Amino acid sequence: MALIELKNLHKRFGRLVVLDGVDLSIEAGQSLVILGASGSGKSVMLKHIVGLLRPDEGEVWFSGIRIDTLPERQLMPIRQRFGFLFQMGALFDSLTVAENIAFPLIEHTHKSASEIRQIVAERLRMIGLPGIGQKMPADLSGGQRKRVALARAIALEPEVILYDEPTTGLDPIRSDVINELILRLKRQLKITSIVVTHDMQSAFKVADRIVMLADGKLIADGTPQQIRQSDNPAVQRFVTGEASPEELSVLRDID
Amino acid sequence: MSLSLIETLGHSTNDALAAFGDFWRFVGRTLSWTIRGMFSWRNLRLLLPQMYEIGVRSVPVIAITGAFIGMVMAIETYTQFKTIGQEQRLGSIINLSVVKQIGPVLAAVMLAGRVGGALTAELGTMNVTEQLDAMRVMGADPIRYLVAPRFIACLILTPILTIYSDLLGVLGGWLVSVKSLGIPNEPYWIFSAQGVDTWEIMEGLVKSLFFGGAIGLISCYKGFNSGAGAAGVGRACTESFVASFIAIIVLNFFFAKLLRDWYEAIYGIVGIFG
Repeated sequence: MALIELKNLHKRFGRLVVLDGVDLSIEAGQSLVILGASGSGKSVMLKHIVGLLRPDEGEVWFSGIRIDTLPERQLMPIRQRFGFLFQMGALFDSLTVAENIAFPLIEHTHKSASEIRQIVAERLRMIGLPGIGQKMPADLSGGQRKRVALARAIALEPEVILYDEPTTGLDPIRSDVINELILRLKRQLKITSIVVTHDMQSAFKVADRIVMLADGKLIADGTPQQIRQSDNPAVQRFVTGEASPEELSVLRDID
Repeated sequence: MSLSLIETLGHSTNDALAAFGDFWRFVGRTLSWTIRGMFSWRNLRLLLPQMYEIGVRSVPVIAITGAFIGMVMAIETYTQFKTIGQEQRLGSIINLSVVKQIGPVLAAVMLAGRVGGALTAELGTMNVTEQLDAMRVMGADPIRYLVAPRFIACLILTPILTIYSDLLGVLGGWLVSVKSLGIPNEPYWIFSAQGVDTWEIMEGLVKSLFFGGAIGLISCYKGFNSGAGAAGVGRACTESFVASFIAIIVLNFFFAKLLRDWYEAIYGIVGIFG
């Protein structure tokens, strides 16, 4: 049985149709990358998986439980089984780095203060930033902030981690550090990973399966090799980073 | 053309009703967390910083507002009372107005600006930077963490700050009336005591409790529902102040009517001229 299932998912904001009948099954332990242009609805899809958004039509299932109809209070324990790395990190800016990582532990476990300190130190070591626990998020660089957010996302050792554009805004070296971290977490914690990105290098490095979203529908689904060799022109253009003649016509209009 | 107008009107009505329902659901969840978390040590730790931010840091602005209200009341009413030879009764009208109406209302309006604006901006920024979503994803309800402590702090501290504002207003009125306008000290206080009884003071404080609750709920709700970006947060702050201000003046009217009716039912009609 699939760990996560999206069935005929529809979502619109006002008149804008973002998801138009998406069907997707994700197996436990899989590293799935969701590709798509900016604004194609990748993050919206991700937020449906943890119940941050509710579909207009369709169903969301996690571990055999239908979650899109659950009230907020019943969703809380299910969400503890997820980690979510937000695009900008979403660290609580009034708390220190250590307090940010400790937040889910204080909230959901009965561990002592010293145990929590140990776990925080261990998570900081895992992301390669030991000893920065007392810093405030505002004192960190973009890459450090994402790594700390990742440490917070894995504090409770979740079954699934959702990464929302984990390498956006980072230089190639920092992007590769994040990619390596995603792979290491998969190896060490046997976590199911769902990565939303439009960074092809990152996608091919971390994925064992890639799907592509365009115009609210999944237009491709396969292994990285299959996606690389896809004969769908839209997928090929995305993989090679070439705009279509229609997209370039905007520039001609300006000329 | 007319169909589009009807459609727009329909959409606007629908949106307004949805927002109204959403606000009251938000109120319900806030009250539920407030009651459930009342006796928890962890919640007290969340509450104390808010009490400092909302209460202690508002003292200067509330003090200035209160003192100047009393002083202006003294200047404005003195001439009228002097023309009818009743200037010694000035204390009764100044202090009655201060503790019952102007003090609580202006203190609440100042708090809606200072505290309400800050709460909306803080929570709105958390909303647009996905910190509220991050909290939800971690299985923690942001209403419990962020709204309930701020709501309780507003509820407790608005009446306390109103007492402070009342006190400064009474002192300001006395300073101008006695020290500047030359009204004798003793009759000033005797007539003040005749004009203001415990009921009047409590009336102001009961109203301020509801003003505080309205400020806390409205400003947190607006922050939670702010639009994207700096412009969205700015707009939410403006809407928060306007909505709080309207809530204060509407609540003030209904409480004035309700409490006056109760007072007259209990004590009968009592005027400041005996």
